[in-house]
Formats: sequence, structure tokens, C-alpha cells
Amino acid sequence: MIIGIPAEIHSGEKRVAASPDMVAKLVAAGFEVIVESGAGTGANFSDDMFRDAGAAVAKDAGGAWSTDLILKVRPPEFNKELDRHEIDLMSNGAHFISFVWPAQNEDLLKKFTAKKATVLAMDSIPRISRAQKLDALSSMANIAGYRAVLEASHYFGRFFSGQITAAGKVDPAKVMVIGAGVAGLAAIGTAKSLGAIVRAFDTRPEVKDQIQSMDAEFLELEFEEDGTGEGGYAKVMSKEFIEAEMALFARQASEVDVIITTALIPGKPAPKLITREMVESMRDGGVIVDLAAEQGGNCEATKPGKVVNRYGVNIVGYTDLPSRMAAQSSQLYATNIYNLIMEMCQQKDGDIVVDMEDVVIRGATVVNQGEISWPPPPIAVGAERKPSFGGQEIKPEVEEVKVPEVAAKPSEISRFFKSVWFPMILAGLALFGLGQVAPPSFMSHFTVFVLSCFIGYMVIWNVSPSLHTPLMSVTNAISSIIILGALTQISSEVNLIYILSGIAAFITSINIVGGFSVTQRMLQMFRG
Amino acid sequence: MSPSLITVSYLASAALFILALGGLSTNETARRGNLFGMIGMVIAVLVTIAAFVTRNLEVLIAVMVVGGAIGFVLSRKVQMTQMPELVAILHSLVGLAAVLIGFATFLDPVAQYSGVEKTIHEIEIYIGVAIGALTFTGSVIAYGKLSGLIGGQPMMLPARHWLNLAMLVAVIVLAVRFVGETDHQQATLLLLAMTAIAFLFGIHMVAAIGGADMPVVISMLNSYSGWAAAATGFMLSNDLLIVTGALVGSSGAILSYIMCRAMNRHFVSVIAGGFGTSGGSSSGPSIEGEVQTIDIPALAQILNNATQVMVVPGYGMATAQAQHAVADITRTLIKKGVKVRFGIHPVAGRMPGHMNVLLAEAKVPYDIVFEMDEINDDFPDIDVSIVVGANDTVNPLAQEDTDSPIAGMPVLEVWKGTTTVVLKRGMAAGYAGVDNPLFVKDNTRMLFGDARDSLEALGQAL
Repeated sequence: MIIGIPAEIHSGEKRVAASPDMVAKLVAAGFEVIVESGAGTGANFSDDMFRDAGAAVAKDAGGAWSTDLILKVRPPEFNKELDRHEIDLMSNGAHFISFVWPAQNEDLLKKFTAKKATVLAMDSIPRISRAQKLDALSSMANIAGYRAVLEASHYFGRFFSGQITAAGKVDPAKVMVIGAGVAGLAAIGTAKSLGAIVRAFDTRPEVKDQIQSMDAEFLELEFEEDGTGEGGYAKVMSKEFIEAEMALFARQASEVDVIITTALIPGKPAPKLITREMVESMRDGGVIVDLAAEQGGNCEATKPGKVVNRYGVNIVGYTDLPSRMAAQSSQLYATNIYNLIMEMCQQKDGDIVVDMEDVVIRGATVVNQGEISWPPPPIAVGAERKPSFGGQEIKPEVEEVKVPEVAAKPSEISRFFKSVWFPMILAGLALFGLGQVAPPSFMSHFTVFVLSCFIGYMVIWNVSPSLHTPLMSVTNAISSIIILGALTQISSEVNLIYILSGIAAFITSINIVGGFSVTQRMLQMFRG
Repeated sequence: MSPSLITVSYLASAALFILALGGLSTNETARRGNLFGMIGMVIAVLVTIAAFVTRNLEVLIAVMVVGGAIGFVLSRKVQMTQMPELVAILHSLVGLAAVLIGFATFLDPVAQYSGVEKTIHEIEIYIGVAIGALTFTGSVIAYGKLSGLIGGQPMMLPARHWLNLAMLVAVIVLAVRFVGETDHQQATLLLLAMTAIAFLFGIHMVAAIGGADMPVVISMLNSYSGWAAAATGFMLSNDLLIVTGALVGSSGAILSYIMCRAMNRHFVSVIAGGFGTSGGSSSGPSIEGEVQTIDIPALAQILNNATQVMVVPGYGMATAQAQHAVADITRTLIKKGVKVRFGIHPVAGRMPGHMNVLLAEAKVPYDIVFEMDEINDDFPDIDVSIVVGANDTVNPLAQEDTDSPIAGMPVLEVWKGTTTVVLKRGMAAGYAGVDNPLFVKDNTRMLFGDARDSLEALGQAL
């Protein structure tokens, strides 16, 4: 099967759907690869690099498009230079993989059907753990989050980290990140590593731990509502919740220097979270980076694709942040695509099988041999985690029934049995009983025995855990003191006793010398 | 030799033994402690020979020299990975000696007791022989399991608890008859019968315990060998034996306790045996997700980029004899300025402190080797954790799944680090029979193959 990598024609798009590393792996898996000349220039991949990796280089777009499987970043669009739509360059029945955004691009799907094409959308891959290595949205979001902080820092014009210099003290920048998805978390991590004070907000309470694990502060609302929607994305919240949320943002806006917003709800315009008043309340020189700009923006003042200055605040609305780090994003995107191809090419025989039974492939396939197969049937994510009993789901309230209340108040008697006094009294009674019957000679030995147990207890707890093996071998050696029993009897007149003692002396000698000697050997090593 | 002089010598020996154990509290004093132990032993043996041996001295010296020589050769030849086997077989010798000495004492016509003293003396003999016998066979079976002569799987006889109970009852019944028996011949037979039952009991007890509970078993047998010595001390009215036996007995008991706590298991349930076979493997959620592998060059690269690396060794490191390869990599990384540390789970390996000994043998500096409690909070700062042949001790299910057979067991939280690399021969579940979701976590990479080969190749790549 021949794979084609055309150059991206969308204006400003620098990414490419392949990297030389990935091409080499595809060739190793039996594919032929044709790359359009100059496709990788924006990502610093030269034609020669692709050639060295085993690809052929086609002079124009036609060479890359007329293949069996076309890999792209952006959805196909009208090519002004050739005066034709990219899809028209495809051969009939070919396969196509890129970001497609089927919800917004129904016309495109129809065009594909005309070509009897099979189209897999990188943006439609289901979010299940098995598919994580295919998840290009996460890869791109990660880069966008990183780049957002760098853009912010560029326009901010100050340090992010606090410093005390000879020229005075610099306070650390305060950064608020709204939405702690992949992009948000990447932004938190990047801002944190530049030294800023980072606060983050998300409607989904379960991300609190993730935020805190990155050493950022989780901004909490005094309001209970779980914002987790289908597939781990956020959902639309109630009116009351949004009011409380807006009040929180208004308070924060007047305090922080940088706001990075990443709030998106699948299939809906981005929620407006930062109002003009909030922008106005920000300090002059503040920066807002709106990662939701493409879907309309989280900030009312955002101009998608542009940087605008309102009330002294720079509002960055770039929609091409991953493309601004084309080398990095192309590499990750290419790896995601490679993993997807390998999902379909289990035999490594240079051919792909679109298995509509496989949930991952099913979800990604938006057009199958000319038939629109989007949207896919919903798949249950995380269903296996829900507690179930006899096939019925248990409602969370049942889990929260507090059992300890009952057990918390033990009766006086059971507390007595559990206290230290009970065993002590038992031991005392046992000793008393023993003292009643045992002769004095036994009792003196018994005294020695009990006191030795205590000494042993005190001494052994002090032994360093790393020396537990030497401890065992040395205790082994000294427990061979039992040889004294053999020594006191070996001179017996009775032959049987003499023989038994002799054997005992023999085996304990092995033990004494062996135990001490191996201990010595081990401790020699521990000298380090 | 006057009785007082003997007593003073024994007192000195006892004090030296205590100092020997006390010395093990730090690496610096440990070797001096061992020397104290040896001096104590020499004093005790020489004084006893001088005071009691009136004939057969030549034979005694001969057997002691031959025995000592055998012990010396054993101790020099043993591989550090085989330490658990050696310790087990040495325990069995103490047990056997206790049995022999018990019989010798019982047969000794010189000692004459009467009344309560006679009863107590006979009980002492009986207990000494019983503990010795079960220590003996138990240790032999433990040796067999550790050295692979016997399969590590727990042997599950039907109604094994009832079997144990029946044996216990038989021992007690025989004890009552033994103490009441006036005919010496008859009493000897009873003692022999009890010894046979105790032998069986030792076999059955250890055979029912699985491979990874071995740290507990070894510690427990260690403890028993001490109690056997103490019982022999009572029997011979010898305080030195009593003191030493009590020291060893409590030492083994504490180690058993530490091991049980490290597995969150009750001592009784370990001894009852059969862990991981009853319903353990079927319960617990199956793992959802995909294993991601890594190759040697990629691992070398992430190690070169790391600033903090944690190595978590397990029994797999011992079986693959990979400690030297681990140490080589550690040295290379430290030279490159990477902060390398070791995290040791208390039950890693087959006996307490097993991993520490192996690392010491490979000359890993002991100040970078840490116990679980010391470093478990540091994992979030770790860039790369390398898990070498450990499984259950790094299983997140212990914390996440309350129904899991290993729920509540303290584990090393490797998954909190940036990347975890697991070296493993295959995807087999650990001893507890529980799947390990660590292997499919996003930040986990698997490196399949023999740990030693992998690590040596990694050393080359670095």
C-alpha cells in the first residue's frame, strides 16, 4: 500500500502529518511512502531527511494525493493554486486520515462519499485508555498549553518567577488557568516551571488532585455540582453554578497577571467566562491567552487568530498554537497517526484493514467506503468501574452510608479487652499459677528467660532493616549455643548418649562456624 | 572448674551475645558485634569443655573440626542470592541438634529428679524435642522450596486445618501420657511417637505456605530455633542457653512481625498457608488498558535526561542475578550527575534484608539504599523509576481496590513518578495472583526479557 503525505495548504499551517522517524517505521512495516516536496519545510524536515528515511519525494501535490492512503493534518480544502478541491485529487476508494471535525464539515463528508473514500478522523478517536497513544487531540492540546504560556510570557514583559536582585525585588507572576484538561495541565506545568504562582479552576471536581499534584492551587466554589460529561469532557453547568463561577473569576481577574482559558464543551460554542468588565479590572500589562478562540473564545474580547489590546490587556487569540511549534507537533502527530495505522495493520504486511468491530477504529471512521458512518454509536467509558451488585448498579448514596457510626462506640467491656490491661492481668494470673506449683530452681531460670525476651525485644528493634539478613545468620550462629548440651553429655558412659551428643556437636559446629563466617562475609560487603 | 567460674563465663558469653545483636544497629558497629559473638561462643565452648568433658575429648575435637570446616566452606562458597537457602538449612541443624540433645538428656541415667521437678523436667524435654523437631523438618522443606527442589506452590491437603488440629491434639495427649509414664522404655516410645508427629507437622506447615511468604517462614523458623535452644536450656538448667534462645526467639518473632506488617497480613493467616489460591485471582477488576513497551536505547535516553532515578528491586533481581548489572548502571548514572536511589520494600526477596545484602555485594553504597517508609513520599519528584523484578510490592491495587487480596498492603508508590520502567520476564501475575494495573498506566513502560541481559545491554547503551 502506498501512503501519500501532501503539504498543508491552509494559510499559516506549518505542520506536516509525517516525520522522518515515522516514515522509516512505516517503510519497515511494508508500506511505500510518497512525500510531497517541501511538505516538511515548516517543521524543519527537509526532503532529504524523508528520502533518507526511505520515502519517495513527489514534485507536486498530485503525486502525494493519488495514493492509497493520504495522511494530513488539516481537513481537505480548496487548493487555489491548482484551482481544484483537494478531495478531487484523490483516487476513487482511497483512504484518508486527518483532523476532519465531521460535526462542522458535513459538506466535506459528502465530497468524500462521492470518491467512495474511507476517512478516519483523528479528532473522532474515542477517549478510552487503549486509544491514548492515538490521541492526537491530546498531543496538540499539550503543545497548545505549553505554547500558550510562552505567548503569555512574551506579551507580559516581566519575569514569571519571583526574584530578589540587587536592583530590587520582583514578585512572581500570578497565573490563572481555567479548564484543567490536557492543555490546561500543560499550561499549569509550564507556568509553574517558569516560577509563576498558578491557580486553576475546573468544573470537574476529580481533576482537583491532578491540579494539586502539579503544585498549583485549585480554586474551589462553594457549590456542589459535578461537571463531568460524557467521555471525560466537561458539560454545560446550571445557571446558579455559572453565576458562582463568574463571581470567582471576577475576583481572580483583579488579582492575577495572566489568564489562560481552555474551557471547551464538545459540539458547542466555547462558554464566555471572561467578560469585558473582568478584562477591564485586570492590571495594565496583563495577558489573556484564549485557547478556545477557534470556537468563539472564552473571553468576550477575543479576536480569533489575532492579538488585541483592550483596556491595557493583551488578549491572545491565536488559533494555530500547535502550528507555531510545528517541529514538535508534527513529530507527536506523526506518532499518533503511525500508532493508528499500526492498529489497522496488525500483520505488518504493508496493508491496512478497517475493522468496524473495533471500537477505536469504528469511532474514528467517519466515512466508510463512501458511506457516512458518523456519528458512531456511543461507547460506555468507565462502565466497568461502577460498583455493581447482582447486575444492578448501586447508587452512590448507598456507598456513603456511614458504618463506623455504629462501631465507633464500643462497650466498656470490649474496650477493656482491647486495652493493654487485659493481657497484663492474664499474664499476671498465669505467673501466679506457675509460682504456685513450680519449684524455685525453675522460677530462677524462668526469670532469666523472661528478662532475656525483653532484652531481645529492645535490642532487635534497634537493628537497621538493611542488616536483617546478617541478623538472621548471626542469630543462627549463636542459637548453636545449644552445642553446650552436647558437650555436657558427650562424656557419658552410655554409648547411645555419647553417639547422639557426638552427632549434635558435629552439626552444631557446622552451624557455629558457618553462621559467624557468612555473617562476617556479608558485613564485609556492607562496609561499602 | 568451680561452678561460680562457669557461671561468670556464661554471663560473659551472654553479655557478648547481646552486644553482638546490639552492634547490628549500624553498619559501622556490625562487624565488631559479630566479633563479640564469636568471642562469646569461644568462651562458652571452651569453658564447657574444660568443666564437663572427661572422656571422648579426641572424638569431640575431631567432629568439631570437621563440622567447623564444613561450615566454613559452605559459608565461603554460598552465592549471596542463595542466602535464604543457607539460613534455612542452618536452622534445620539447630532443630535437629535440639532433638538429639533432648533424647540424650532423657536417656541420661545420671540425672535423677523426683516429684514436681521430675514432671517439669520431662515437660521441658518434651517441649524442647517438639520445637526442635518441627524446626528441623520445617527448615528442610523451606530449604527445598527456596532452592527449587520442591515447587514453590503451597501444598493444599484437604482439611489441612483439621489435620493440623489433630496433630496438635495428638501431641498433647501423648504429653499427658508421657509425663505420667513411669516405665522408661514406654516413655521413650511415646517421645519417639511425638517426635514423628512433630516432624510431620513441620513438613505440613511449611509445605502449605507459598513462595512469597518465605520471608515470614524464614523469620519464624529463626524464632523457633531460638525457642528450641531456650527449651534445651531449661532442660539442662543452663541459663546461657535460656538467654541466647530467648534473644534469638524474640529476634525471629520481631522479624516475622515486621514481614507480616509489610504485607498487611495476619501472622496466623500466613502460617495457616494457602494465600492467593482461594478466590484471590478471580476477584478484583481485570486490567483495562494496553501495555506500552520501551526498548533499550529509548530507556538509556530517558535515564540520561533524568535528574532523579529510583531503582525498586524485587525477587526477580535475585533470580536473574542482576545485582551487579544494576550496580554498574547506578555508578554510570551517578557519574553523570543523576541522583540515583534505591527503594526497598521490607518483603522484597525471600528473606528479611535480602535485597540489601545483594546490593551490598554489588557494592552499591548503602547511603543511597532506603527503606520504603523513608522514600515513599519522594516518588512525585522522581523522573524515572526502574522496577527490577518486583510486582506485588508496587501494585497500586493495594491502595485502590479494597476487595483485592493485597488490599491495605503498604506498597512503593512508583506510579507517582514521571515515568516507571518495569523490567519483567512476561506479563505473569505476581505471587499474590493479582493483576497489576501499574503495567498499563500511561506513564509505565515495560521492558520484557531477562533482567540481567536487559540491564547489561542498558549499561552498554549508557
